[in-house]
Amino acid sequence: MQKVFGRPTSLNDRPFHYCPGCGHGIVHRMVAESIDELLLADRTILISPVGCSVFAYWYFETDNVQAAHGRAPAVGTGLKRALPDSIVISYQGDGDLASSGMAEIVHAAARGENFTVVFINNAIYGMTGGQMAPTTLIGQTSSTSPYGRDPGFAGYPIHVSEMLATLKAPRYIERTALNNVVNLTRTKRAVRKALDLQAKGEGFTFVEVLSMCPTQWGVEPTESIEWLETRLMPEFPLGVFRDARPGEVT
Amino acid sequence: MKVLMKGNEAIGEAAIRAGCTLYFGYPITPQNEIPEYMSRRLPTIPGGAYIQAETEVAAINMVYGAACTGRRAFTSSSSPGVSLMMEGLSYLAGAELPCLVVNMMRGGPGLGNINPEQADYFQAVKGGGHGSYRLIVLAPWSVQEMADLTVLGLDLADKYRNPVMLVAEGNLGQMMEPVEFQDSYPQPYDKSGWSLTGAKGRKGHLITSIYLEADDMERYIHKLYAKYAEIEQTEVRFEEFQTDDADVIIVAYGIVSRVSRIVVETLREQGVKAGLIRPITLWPFPKDVIRRRAAHARFFLTCEMSMGQMVEDVMLSVNGLCPVHFYGRSGGNVPSPAEIIAEIRTHL
Repeated sequence: MQKVFGRPTSLNDRPFHYCPGCGHGIVHRMVAESIDELLLADRTILISPVGCSVFAYWYFETDNVQAAHGRAPAVGTGLKRALPDSIVISYQGDGDLASSGMAEIVHAAARGENFTVVFINNAIYGMTGGQMAPTTLIGQTSSTSPYGRDPGFAGYPIHVSEMLATLKAPRYIERTALNNVVNLTRTKRAVRKALDLQAKGEGFTFVEVLSMCPTQWGVEPTESIEWLETRLMPEFPLGVFRDARPGEVT
Repeated sequence: MKVLMKGNEAIGEAAIRAGCTLYFGYPITPQNEIPEYMSRRLPTIPGGAYIQAETEVAAINMVYGAACTGRRAFTSSSSPGVSLMMEGLSYLAGAELPCLVVNMMRGGPGLGNINPEQADYFQAVKGGGHGSYRLIVLAPWSVQEMADLTVLGLDLADKYRNPVMLVAEGNLGQMMEPVEFQDSYPQPYDKSGWSLTGAKGRKGHLITSIYLEADDMERYIHKLYAKYAEIEQTEVRFEEFQTDDADVIIVAYGIVSRVSRIVVETLREQGVKAGLIRPITLWPFPKDVIRRRAAHARFFLTCEMSMGQMVEDVMLSVNGLCPVHFYGRSGGNVPSPAEIIAEIRTHL
């Protein structure tokens, strides 16, 4: 019998600690598949953030480092400048990247640091218990916006991909989603493309993935796809926001 | 061959000569000569990298990333900027990563001013960041020693896998003095057992400071403290001046110890048996020599450019064997020999 599908070798067989219906496991697999396909495993350093994926390093058979909250792009900058031949992946959630670490991600992008950021946007803080995130939707309830996010005093969700696409240095910025097979395929393709561009030394690559958090959204895993499609995707349009050489105006 | 150099530039040159060719920093007075020097030199050195970080928070985390690879990295700042680095220093200590951080101390609290002070002693020596950790803290008193302790600091950082902080008063960084750079430098430590270089032909390495279970965390903290105990045993550095027969012993570091040496010489001419203990390592603190001298001294005077911080460690070291007095100036005022002599005379 021929084996046609298996676990990527960059991913070990430890069971994920993520909740049922969470998107992290899917994206972990896509990252690992891309590492394998591009033969990058023995050059890769994965940065785990603070948040639900703080233990991403449990699963990746690569070198790993855990960074302070939001600081992963600065850590990645230090890693990559010290070791330019390495493949650096900064894996971050929305609280980590778009709140605590907004300065770090913007400036890493502005410098065109030659590493890859995988940004999981599920519009909520998962690890700390469902608090409001910088990407939480207007009207969305969370443990710190119990009456729904009110833009009158909590402002509006931040569109990170669009923001970063105003910069001249980034090589590639795309937002994808995990809602159906087409978008899963696009997500995998985006992650792989980002790593491939990094391996070629082309510059800063950023993949934002709209992902499910049924636990903190307060919906069943089976309903979370619909929640993502009807609520998250209208606010955060999918697409390639920048695909150009550093310095080029698109 | 001696060259005339500013203290801040001597630090930069010494770091480069010691193989530290990665620098990440953010401008703040009075230490800007360090990033300026590094931005000039590092792009010309193979493998060298200089980055002007977006914040001191980012700078210390770039150091964290660079240190993970096993290469030497350093950053510098001044008091308010060093406050921003405290989170990162806790992580570096927690992850056992070597690095050098230079604090050219200025006046505070708050924005304070750009005059020299020593009011960051507590922050450097007692913690500053969160959790159970220690920094090795070095305090030079001359431009020559700024160069020498930069080399030593990078070496100790590697030896113990621990961040090292070099603290000096802002005016020491601005002073120009002759400095001679070493001919040879310590051999780099083998970091291949833990550094992140890509897991080629080996299992992946992990650098982290998270231990979820109470027993795991406690075991790890005990491991760190066993290392700190070893540092306390072996790395204490200080200088004594005329303490053998001294009745009055001044304890001072950095620029204040230079003033205090003049005080000792002047008092000796006036028939007062004065001496000076100059801590070079603020942590580990030279408590043994202080305790030994306290057994035969009439009193101690701790002199600082602060409202009294190191004096607490002097008192703990003296442990009641004799009185410990304090004289301090703040705001950027450097105590004069006459002031210190007058203070000592009130206790004679």
